Amino acid sequence: MPRWEGTLKKIDDYRWEIPQSYKAGMRVPGLIYADEAMLEHIREDQTPEQVANVACLPGIVARSLAMPDIHWGYGFPIGGVAATRIEDGVISPGGVGYDINCGVRLLRTNLMQEDVSPKIEELISELYRAIPSGVGSQGRLRLDQKEIEKVLLMGARWAVEKGYGEARDLEVTEANGSMPGGDPQCVSTKAKQRGGPQLGTLGAGNHFLEVQAVEEIYEPAIAAVMGIERVGQVLLLIHTGSRGFGHQVCTDHLVTMGAAVQRYGIHLPDRQLACAPVKSPEGKDYFAAMVCAANYAWTNRQCITHWARECFVKVFGQSQRELGLEMVYDVTHNIAKMEDYQVDGKRLSLCIHRKGATRAFPAGHPEVPAIYAEIGQPVLIPGDMGRYSYILVGTQRAMEETFGSTCHGAGRVQSRTAAKRSQRGVDVARRLAQRGIIVKAGSMASLAEEASEAYKDVAAVVEVTHNAGISRKVAKARPLGVVKG
Amino acid sequence: MSKRFEVIEHTADVGIAAYGSDLKKAFANAAYALFSLMVDLKHVGDNLDREVEVTAENHEDLLVAWLNELIYLFEVESILFKRFRIDELTETKLKARCYGEKVDPVRHKIRVGVKAATYHMLKVEKDNGFRVQVLFDI
Repeated sequence: MPRWEGTLKKIDDYRWEIPQSYKAGMRVPGLIYADEAMLEHIREDQTPEQVANVACLPGIVARSLAMPDIHWGYGFPIGGVAATRIEDGVISPGGVGYDINCGVRLLRTNLMQEDVSPKIEELISELYRAIPSGVGSQGRLRLDQKEIEKVLLMGARWAVEKGYGEARDLEVTEANGSMPGGDPQCVSTKAKQRGGPQLGTLGAGNHFLEVQAVEEIYEPAIAAVMGIERVGQVLLLIHTGSRGFGHQVCTDHLVTMGAAVQRYGIHLPDRQLACAPVKSPEGKDYFAAMVCAANYAWTNRQCITHWARECFVKVFGQSQRELGLEMVYDVTHNIAKMEDYQVDGKRLSLCIHRKGATRAFPAGHPEVPAIYAEIGQPVLIPGDMGRYSYILVGTQRAMEETFGSTCHGAGRVQSRTAAKRSQRGVDVARRLAQRGIIVKAGSMASLAEEASEAYKDVAAVVEVTHNAGISRKVAKARPLGVVKG
Repeated sequence: MSKRFEVIEHTADVGIAAYGSDLKKAFANAAYALFSLMVDLKHVGDNLDREVEVTAENHEDLLVAWLNELIYLFEVESILFKRFRIDELTETKLKARCYGEKVDPVRHKIRVGVKAATYHMLKVEKDNGFRVQVLFDI
């Protein structure tokens, strides 16, 4: 793919604008959050062009935004945020992605690294056994059609009512793990067939479960509110989404959106931006189906959480209470949400597309759980396998600039095939083992694809969001053991 | 035999270009390429078969619909397909019989899960035979 040679106007060290004049059809400018070194990477393919293309969507306001972990996606870049007016703007499945409500959940424990290290192999094996992973994995749940529909409407609340987890878990889940507005009628039978057996599975690709130890705490007072008190404290990070269910929802609605683009006479620079007016039947149907997929994903993470807790209880012979296995938070990084923002002095009702971007609400925001009212919403940023992850909090500046959004992860720099060519799965596992990190993966090939070399350094990504002020660093954790699909 | 397909590089995902002396062969080879990404088809039998019928607006969309239908069948029925007999292929409709085998975790090492055929870099080209191109979300 050719290098992108378009215009970027430096605003400050971390903000680069693609002027509205860059190309015909742009309704707003583009804005990329990056440092100078990253920008070189970003220019290597056509990612900035995708930022400019998104700026052409009907009803887009302010700017087409790109987080520092941005990379090339289908139509929309991954790491993109776009806000469109509900009144006369569009909603686009491509602005959410195939894995609807792919997200991250963090649990804290009372355990310390020295308690866990001697038992890490046992713990990882136990997790690997308890939580189905890998391509085509099927879950331990067997749901009939009626139960599946309840999942799609209730989300994680369904799981908690069935005994998978606790009511408190829902309080610290984005949208309480149960987004309103879903309609199972808008979901195809195919999606329900794909999703049914996969509920409660990790899946493959870049999804994982990671047992971590806190490595550094930047803001001790804020971290303490999240139950993160000491360096060496053990955490559990869960990264997965809506499995085949979300993919089928996206696939189905891309077809209807393709037709809608013609019906509504929408001109797009790239067909993968296919969209429909938010208020059109096609737009409403997609949103109702997307909400179902989001609820499915929260249920998925909730069930996995429950089984993961059982593994800790079994391996350490202590109760969940004694282990202090409490949820810190659960965030989604692939979603569209209806939210209100102040834009140019006016209050607007907007459809916020976050594709590979995380919500980052500040202290005092009504949607931030009461226990975090003083500190802001926890933001969970997984790094690549074997490096480190970050915990951040949302800021007021994010509300003003990025529709309460920040980055979501490391961002790929190497293709899967290139990663596989340059390293073998067994070598990746051995290198990690030398650093004391135990990995269990369903497939050695998938391990090679997810090697650290294939990703940007998440530290650099987080540094940019911190320095730009759209989120704030709280703590950093590094892996002790990983379960990969 | 001439080359059936090749793998295309992409940062986040993987694509294929498939060839055929006619369009039916190119579509069949695209399906073969899809399952080749997932597993070594040498170890896959063909005792099971399924009939597939899809419709779309044009050849490009038909290619996506065809491959998405196979992905759906793989996920729901755990069937790996290796042989494709395309009986009908028009601008808007494809009808085929596909032969394969249920996944056997002992014999079939699944390399990667392909979750969707996308519209990105999508191409159906006539050039000394046919060349079709599609990018997958994995």
